[in-house]
Amino acid sequence: MISLNVNQKAYQVDADPNMPLLWVIRDIIGLTGTKYGCGVAQCGACTVHLNGEAVRSCVTKVSRAEGQKVVTIEGLSNNNDHPAQVAWNEENVPQCGYCHSGQIMSAAVLLRENPNPSDEDIDSAMAGNICRCGTYLRIRKAIHSAAELQRKELSSR
Amino acid sequence: MKSMLTTNKRFWLPVKTFAVIGIIGTIVGISAFGFDDPREAAPVARNFVFKKDSVASVKAFKQVYAVLMSARCMNCHPAGNIPLQGDDSHLHTMSPQRGKDGKGIYAMKCANCHQPTNTPGLHTPPGNPNWHLPPADMKMVFQGRSASQLAKQLLDPMQNGNKNMQKLIEHADDGLVLAGWNPGEGRTLPPMSHAAFKKAWITWLTTGAYAPKGKL
Repeated sequence: MISLNVNQKAYQVDADPNMPLLWVIRDIIGLTGTKYGCGVAQCGACTVHLNGEAVRSCVTKVSRAEGQKVVTIEGLSNNNDHPAQVAWNEENVPQCGYCHSGQIMSAAVLLRENPNPSDEDIDSAMAGNICRCGTYLRIRKAIHSAAELQRKELSSR
Repeated sequence: MKSMLTTNKRFWLPVKTFAVIGIIGTIVGISAFGFDDPREAAPVARNFVFKKDSVASVKAFKQVYAVLMSARCMNCHPAGNIPLQGDDSHLHTMSPQRGKDGKGIYAMKCANCHQPTNTPGLHTPPGNPNWHLPPADMKMVFQGRSASQLAKQLLDPMQNGNKNMQKLIEHADDGLVLAGWNPGEGRTLPPMSHAAFKKAWITWLTTGAYAPKGKL
C-alpha cells in the first residue's frame, strides 16, 4: 500500500510503485479533473502540484508522490475561487476545455512565484501547456486578470 | 662587570624575542603550507602522479573534447538560456528557461518533467535526481567553444564552478556526468565509454592540463 496525501486528504492506495501518478489520481482515487493528453510530458494536460510544483503526473511515478502533498484541480481552492479559476471563468478562456485544468495548475504556480507577471513571464511559464484550440491569448489575458484579483485580495486582507 | 652583563642582557633580549617569533612563524608557515598543498588536502588527487607532458596532455584533451561536445554533454551546457535536445542539439521543445539556479522557472522547472530516473519509452524525458543546467551566474558554456577555449575555461575556478584539481578529478564520476552514458531510449551515447573518458580526463589533468593551440 502506498500512502498519499491528495487535496489534504489521506489515501492508502494498492498500486504498483511504478504506476503513473495520473492513473492513481483518476482511476483509483476517482478525481477525473486532471486529464491525460500525451503521456510523455509534452503537453501539460496532466499537470498537478507536487509539494507546490507543477509536475506532469503522466510521467511521475506514484512512488515519487508517496508521503508528499499532491494538489489537483479539484483541490486548488475550496469553492473554485482561486484567482486563476475566477479569471478563467470571467474571460471565458476554455473552448473545448480539455487542457485547462493543467493550464490553471501551471498558472497558479506562476502567480504564486510572480504576483505581477509580464507577457514574457507568462509565455515562459506556460510554454509547457499546449492548447489545441489555440486559446493562448485568452489564457494570457486571464493570467493578467488573475494577478490583479490576487493583488486586490491581498490588499483587502 | 655587572654593567656589562646588564648591557648584554639588554642586547640579547630582542634577539631572543625575534628568534622565538621566527620559530613560531616557521612552524605556522610549514603547517599552513602543508594544508595548502593540494596533495595533502586532496585524497583523490594524491592517488595520481602529476608529471607535466604537454604532448600527452593535448592528446588526451582531444578525446575529452570529443565527449564534451557530444550531444549528451553539450545539450545541458548551451550558449543561451534554453537547454538543447536530441542528437542534433536543437533547442529544447517548449523552450524551458535556465532560471537563476539552473533548475527552471515557475511551472517550467526541470524536475516537473525530468524524474529521478529515466522515463521508459522512446524519446521520453531522461531522468536524474539532480537534473539541472549550470546556474545563471556561471553558465559553463560548452556550445561553440573551441578546444583551446574550453580547456582554459575548465581550469578556471571562476568559470568551472569553483573547482580545484581534486574537484575536477572527482567530477569525472559526478552523477550528471555519468547520466550522459545512461541517456534513455533513442539517444546516442558519447563517442567513447565512460571509463575511456575518465582515463583521458585524468591524463589531461595530471600531465599539466595543457590547452591545445588555437584561438583564445
